[in-house]
Amino acid sequence: MNRIDKLFQSKKQNILSIYFTAGFPAFNDTLTTIQELDKAGVDMIEIGMPFSDPVADGPVIQRSNEKALSNGMTIKLLFKQLAWVRETTDLPLILMGYINPVFRFGVEKFLHKCQKTGIDGIIIPDLPVEEYRLSYELFFEKYNIYNIFLISPQTPDDRITYLDSISKGFLYMVSTAATTGAINNFNESQITYFEKVNDLSLKTPRLIGFGISNNETFVQACNFANGAIIGSSFIRALDGNGTLTENVHEFIRKIRG
Amino acid sequence: MNETFTADKNGYYGEFGGAFVPEMLRLNVESLRAVYHQIIESDEFQKEYSGLLKNYAGRPSPLFLANRLSDKYGTKIYLKREDLNHTGSHKINNTIGQILLARNMGKTRIIAETGAGQHGVATATVCALMGLDCVVYMGEIDMVRQEPNVKKMEMLGAKVVPVRSGNKTLKDAANEALRDWICNPVNTFYIIGSVVGPHPYPDLVARFQSVISEELLTQLREAEGTEDPGYILACVGGGSNAAGIFYHYINRKNVRLIGVEAAGEGINTGFTAATIAMGEIGIIHGSKTLVMQNEDGQITEPYSISAGLDYPGVGPIHAWLARTGRADYLNVTDEEALSAAYEITRLEGIIPALESAHALAAIGKLNLKKNDIVVVNISGRGDKDMQAYHEANT
Ligand SMILES: Cc1ncc(COP(=O)(O)O)c(C=O)c1O
Repeated sequence: MNRIDKLFQSKKQNILSIYFTAGFPAFNDTLTTIQELDKAGVDMIEIGMPFSDPVADGPVIQRSNEKALSNGMTIKLLFKQLAWVRETTDLPLILMGYINPVFRFGVEKFLHKCQKTGIDGIIIPDLPVEEYRLSYELFFEKYNIYNIFLISPQTPDDRITYLDSISKGFLYMVSTAATTGAINNFNESQITYFEKVNDLSLKTPRLIGFGISNNETFVQACNFANGAIIGSSFIRALDGNGTLTENVHEFIRKIRG
Repeated sequence: MNETFTADKNGYYGEFGGAFVPEMLRLNVESLRAVYHQIIESDEFQKEYSGLLKNYAGRPSPLFLANRLSDKYGTKIYLKREDLNHTGSHKINNTIGQILLARNMGKTRIIAETGAGQHGVATATVCALMGLDCVVYMGEIDMVRQEPNVKKMEMLGAKVVPVRSGNKTLKDAANEALRDWICNPVNTFYIIGSVVGPHPYPDLVARFQSVISEELLTQLREAEGTEDPGYILACVGGGSNAAGIFYHYINRKNVRLIGVEAAGEGINTGFTAATIAMGEIGIIHGSKTLVMQNEDGQITEPYSISAGLDYPGVGPIHAWLARTGRADYLNVTDEEALSAAYEITRLEGIIPALESAHALAAIGKLNLKKNDIVVVNISGRGDKDMQAYHEANT
């Protein structure tokens, strides 16, 4: 069974998924970060594949992408770093990135590599669902890799229902009309949107992402979904004063509250 | 091979095009796609659009027989004078069209990216005309090298936002404009400046620029008794002035269409913006097209002396015209463009934009005969480039 399904079957609440950029802060930090996140008790990990032009990302993740690329990170080297990752963690692992590097790598070859490495899902914000279904769905199925869909406050209800009906794993619920980045609390219109989606009685579990930065926003997000995804604010913590291990554990402790 | 050169319903020209946008932008792009045909084909829109082109932008732009330049190359060269348009380039044809669309869709805030600043000025201009808020994203490097246009945009009431990511040029400005759109999806319309971006933009912009070739048909018939020249030359950044002057000739196979890219310091130097020459298929700014990129699929930083051509992608229509062989794409270096600019200035008294100078520099690369008719699109005027021209001469 896909580890993402296993997670959502065994845990319905307070799921914490952490995004970080592979090869950041240092090229060889990828595996250590995964191991420490596992020890710190997160539920799922999203490994960012850095891209030169991350248009859906705010300044913090833009900079981590830049840094990772200047550290020499590539998809090829990432798969090398992850070759033995399944010896150290059983958490669901997701690769997140933009379509161009994946397209250049070769979509089928990429998915085959994912399967061999033990990757469970992919998030590619700029691969539209329509293109996915037309050209790539077969490959995702062949290698049993889940393509995670996004919904945003801009997504009409009938489309949310449609995406729910074809979704595997979970729906990535973008909390606001914004690029990635941390905020301190949710406003009224975000809460209204969370409630609206809650009322649609979707079959697919949901995680809320974009703008979650502290225990308060994490708890709030968990009230309206199965859990939440944190990226920018974790990336900022990785730049903290401690060792990599200390930075990871301190951050997760604060989020869990 | 499929030989249609208009976008299909999903915005594809052959294998190029499409709309690779994140879910956060889907509604915006989709709602534009759903209405643009109906709006721009309506009589009301057409009446207002052509009225503004005539009385505000100053169209039709003249077709000028360049006698001394013709003598020099031993052929007959006409210049399509887009430089004489209001705001100094072809960009106004597109911004008038898109601002009318934006108003029709009830949008109140306009954003744009700009490289040379010509699209930024043309956008700021129509925003002033319509009383809409305007934010223009411009790479910091471009703000320095095209400084007169920054001042114009500011005088026109636009907010010019310096972009400091990447190479601080056109690609980065477009990234930032897309990010703005993600953050302001409800009230904001993104006026894209070339035949790039997600469907329907490439088709939309090509239609608005097609007025260039529509006029050319009539003007050549009057001047030469034939609508068809032997050659049409235009520079290609994203490819909008080229798409506009090619548009009505695409199915007239006896007319040779020639796009001219910026080679920068030379296509094999690593300092170039010649995407068709050096790019591979990929996805940039929502469109599947040729992209300059490395082995890992990272988009590489382009280089050209001309800010308007300094872009690592190209409109999907050009990727397709190149792939099918319907159009040929040449490239010229910074140096060749600079000397072509001096040449036409001294021979014809016309100071062209650096972008347009690239098209002129390609004349010498063709095997032209005395009876050939060559039309070169002078996409813009050189006011903004005086500093570069001055430096080149000293
Ligand atoms: C005068 C002029 N010509 C050409 C271009 C290149 O754009 P396109 O290839 O879309 O015509 C620009 C862009 O800024 C420009 O200002």
